[in-house]
Amino acid sequence: MDDLLNEFLTETFESIEVVDVELVELEKDPNNKSVLDNIFRLVHTIKGTCGFLGLPRLEAVAHSGENVLGKFRDGEMEVTPEAVTLILKALDRIKEILAGLEETQEEPAGDDSEIIDQLNAMAAGEAVSVEQSVETVIEVSEERPMVPGEVTLDELEAAFLAAPGPDDEDPEEVQATSSRLDSIGGSETVSVISHLFHNRINSDASLKMLLQDVDLMVSKKAVEDFFTASIESEKCEEAMVATAFASFIKQGIAEDQFYNTTVHLENVLEEVGLSTMDAEFIKELYGQSSKAMIEAAKNAVNASVEKKETGKKTGSAKEGGIANQSIRVAVDVLDNLMNMVSELVLTRNQLLQISRRAGDSEFDIPLQRLSQCTTELQEGVMKTRMQPIGNAWSKLPRIIRDLQMELGKKIDLQMLGADTELDRQVLELIKDPLTHMIRNSADHGIEKIEDRIAAGKKETGTIRLNAFHEGGQIIIEISDDGAGLAVEKLKAKALKNGLATEDEISEMSDQQIQRFIFHAGFSTAAQVTSVSGRGVGMDVVRTNIEKIGGTIELKSTEGKGTTFFIKIPLTLAIVSALIVESGEERFAIPQISVLELVRASADSTHTIEFINSTPVLRLRDRLLPLLHLNKILGFETDDDLAEADEDANREDFIIITQVGDFTFGIVVDRVFDTEEIVVKPVAPILRDLTVFSGNTILGDGTVIMILDPNGIATEVNEAMSDIAEQRADSDAESLVSSFDDKEAILLFRAGGDTKRAVPLSLVSRLEEFDVSSIEISEGSKMVQYRGKLMPLVMINDQYEIRSEGRQPMLVFTDNEKSMGVIVDEISDIKEDKINVELSSKAIGQLGTAIIDGVATEVIDIAYYFEKTFNDWQLSAENIEVESKLKRKNILIVDDSTFFLNLLKPLLTTAGYNVTIASTANKALELREKGYEFDLIVSDIDMPEMDGYEFAEEVRENGQWRETPMVALSAHSSEKRFSKGREAGFNNYVEKLDRDTLLKAIEEQIADRETAA
Amino acid sequence: MEELNKHDYVTIWLDGQMCGIPVLEVHDVLSKQTITEVPLAPDAVAGVLNLRGQIVTAINLRKRLKLPDREDSSQDMNIVVEYQNEPYSLIIDKVGDVLSLSEEAFEKNPVTLEPCWQEVSNGIFRLDKELLVILDIEKLLSLGESKAAA
Repeated sequence: MDDLLNEFLTETFESIEVVDVELVELEKDPNNKSVLDNIFRLVHTIKGTCGFLGLPRLEAVAHSGENVLGKFRDGEMEVTPEAVTLILKALDRIKEILAGLEETQEEPAGDDSEIIDQLNAMAAGEAVSVEQSVETVIEVSEERPMVPGEVTLDELEAAFLAAPGPDDEDPEEVQATSSRLDSIGGSETVSVISHLFHNRINSDASLKMLLQDVDLMVSKKAVEDFFTASIESEKCEEAMVATAFASFIKQGIAEDQFYNTTVHLENVLEEVGLSTMDAEFIKELYGQSSKAMIEAAKNAVNASVEKKETGKKTGSAKEGGIANQSIRVAVDVLDNLMNMVSELVLTRNQLLQISRRAGDSEFDIPLQRLSQCTTELQEGVMKTRMQPIGNAWSKLPRIIRDLQMELGKKIDLQMLGADTELDRQVLELIKDPLTHMIRNSADHGIEKIEDRIAAGKKETGTIRLNAFHEGGQIIIEISDDGAGLAVEKLKAKALKNGLATEDEISEMSDQQIQRFIFHAGFSTAAQVTSVSGRGVGMDVVRTNIEKIGGTIELKSTEGKGTTFFIKIPLTLAIVSALIVESGEERFAIPQISVLELVRASADSTHTIEFINSTPVLRLRDRLLPLLHLNKILGFETDDDLAEADEDANREDFIIITQVGDFTFGIVVDRVFDTEEIVVKPVAPILRDLTVFSGNTILGDGTVIMILDPNGIATEVNEAMSDIAEQRADSDAESLVSSFDDKEAILLFRAGGDTKRAVPLSLVSRLEEFDVSSIEISEGSKMVQYRGKLMPLVMINDQYEIRSEGRQPMLVFTDNEKSMGVIVDEISDIKEDKINVELSSKAIGQLGTAIIDGVATEVIDIAYYFEKTFNDWQLSAENIEVESKLKRKNILIVDDSTFFLNLLKPLLTTAGYNVTIASTANKALELREKGYEFDLIVSDIDMPEMDGYEFAEEVRENGQWRETPMVALSAHSSEKRFSKGREAGFNNYVEKLDRDTLLKAIEEQIADRETAA
Repeated sequence: MEELNKHDYVTIWLDGQMCGIPVLEVHDVLSKQTITEVPLAPDAVAGVLNLRGQIVTAINLRKRLKLPDREDSSQDMNIVVEYQNEPYSLIIDKVGDVLSLSEEAFEKNPVTLEPCWQEVSNGIFRLDKELLVILDIEKLLSLGESKAAA
């Protein structure tokens, strides 16, 4: 019974899915007879099997649904959207019951009378209007003129009462007046009888042969026709016996067999719920056919014996036919098979290795054959797991149809490449995300009809699904021609949700902003509908897709539509992986996450460079952070690594990987080849090791771990964000107070042995250039740098550039202008505090500080900037620009002399008059003295009175109440930002962000002018 | 105790101590296997090994029970058991016979037994010459949880 039930369930689920799709089809094309027949047949089969399995609820719902479909088929009723909706509703109910059935093996309890009544009403309502008195028709149609399929229960009741139904009248009379067929329940009942009758015979071992080699569909139909015709004429239509029971006759049905079939028929008649009288009647009809049948059978047997003798070869081969072209296999069996084949592949590889080692041997040829068979077997088994992506789409037409109804939109769903195949495991995993995305497109993407017309678009929106293979991956495009993503809305939302700061957003491209929809809790739907917009959406889609190693991208043009691109691997089971070695062990890295491989050694073009013992790699204009796999896996410590680095012959292999936006290199000891591996999950005990995504068995039988670049990146990022925080802190503090904490200082030599230093945070790049590339322009030395001319600065006038070879330089960039300070040698980067012991009179120097125990000159970059860019600007043609700016007065409040020294020339060059105050109190003194400024720039972290208090004080009273204020701080967090605003700052800028500072100043001043 | 056949035990030795594992839980007994170490894994996890195409996680029982490492590990044996549908291989010193024991010889763990043994043992059987410590596979392999508790 269980097996039977299971089979029923799978079969029925499948049928229902087909019906779903076909109904939608039918709605579009109500005259398509073949679609209708197909639907009818499927529902009919469901009903028939339900009866057979004793599932009364299902049977009742299916029966009522079938009644309505029957009316469609017989042309007694028109196919209307309402009717289709009702039938779809019935199907949903059937699905519900089936789901319950699947869970508990029993039909769940529940009341279906409502839906059954509705269905019956629909079927009967139309029947009334077709067959019954004209009066009733008018009455009914007056009450519901717009929707011809829909009838309220009351109306129906009335119609029923008005109609002369079988219940009201004498049964004898009914037989006389209405046809016998109607009393039995119409042609549907007959077809059920025929269906069940065949089923019974088929499941009876002694009778099964009667239906051997026969297309059941054809036979059922023939038997049905026979009964229908016979019932209608109230006598056995003997002429039809030969066709109806052709196979019985052909198999030479005997009398006892015929009797047995009669018993089955009896049971069926009883089951279908016919009255005893009708049942007897049909039985009699069948009985009457016996004579004709058995006689014909005898002749047939004789004939066939002759035939067999003459042409044995034309036997049954052909008759096997279409029926048995596919079989149903449990997924478990396939999975198991897949596993076994994977093992076979591995064993084959092992054998091949052994044979290769042994040289020529007699095994070679059989092995080669084994190898080939294995490959083919592997492909074959893989193929069994492949399913067309259309399977995942089958629900979509129905969903779109329902959405159209619900949302009042017109949507055309186009599906291309539905036969693109992919692994069923992958298919299962993308089903839900896809459905979700289609829903989104329909709900948010496609506009309402009015809006579409207003925007000059076609009334009907289009959603297009397109799937295709590309380079071992499947690409699925989902595009709609709807409203597209509103970038401004997204910006506002991102800001509101604290996903990014205003500054960050202002620097983002539209595409980056659009990607915000993949963040958790991000829904742009102005309104939460029942369809989507609950805020859990695209982020889940993204995680689901990324989980299976896929990616999702989008392209959207506001007003034009949105397209999503999903890339997913064909299969999860077998992946190509790069085998690497670290700490004398081998590991696999999925090829898909490897961008490129770089070999680094002392004599190659690529070398690993260090910034304060942090390894980095210069790769085509980018500096990539490096991670040592040995260190990540705990084989080596930093010290070991440092030691190893001193080895000049050392060779490193770097695997460049990308995780999200983070590109980095993983340093490994050796790289072997790539191998196809079968990914297996690790044991639960090892599951919290995020650096591994699984393990696998290699061709030689050893087990190796599969590295997960995602996990490595997270692991490292945690550590890195710590460092980054530290760095940020130290940077900040070094600038905030010149006497406390450490900062990173770049030490170099330029001209003589004097050690010189500059805070690393001010340096934008370290470069090396060939002295021959120096060009002279208007008396200044320059080099071409990134497509521009960059002036070169000597540390002092006595400095001489080397005559040949390469010369290092420090590049400082400010406001899109760069200058290169030429040095002899970059000596080191040290963490120390800059504590200027002796302030210097010499130009270009802040003073001398003791760094790392040695007296070091701290150079004044501000001076060089001023020198270079003033000259630069004067020599260039943009003096105009400067004069245009009416010199505005700006007050800078900052306790760090160093920072003031940097900021002042910056603002001066930008065309402002700058006044400085080293504390907030000093600034307030200036206020007392009656100074006026156009703008105040203030640091936040200051001793005595901090920036917030200062701002509050300024806003409180005095003549600066209206003066715009810009806060400066190294810490830019949302919290500080809002605190700053509360205190009275108009804007908040990160300290080292010069461009933004200048922009902010400009904006504030402009705002004030327009306000004034 | 509960059922009769539960009293059949495979005897194993660990650092001279005889222990018992319910025979119904033992899937395989293997000689020393090539084991791939798993970096960063918990101490008791010796690594992973390939058992006829199945990846099995190997647990070093000596480490698990905080016993000293064996000097010569070449004679190590593996007992493959299943826990939560995953195969695990327990690395032990030596495998003995299967003993059918009567309930009368069963004792609860002495309260003075070390906590790490207490944690994994279901009780003790008194044999003629030796004591047999019954190891509970589930408790042995619920590594993460016991760690959290410790």
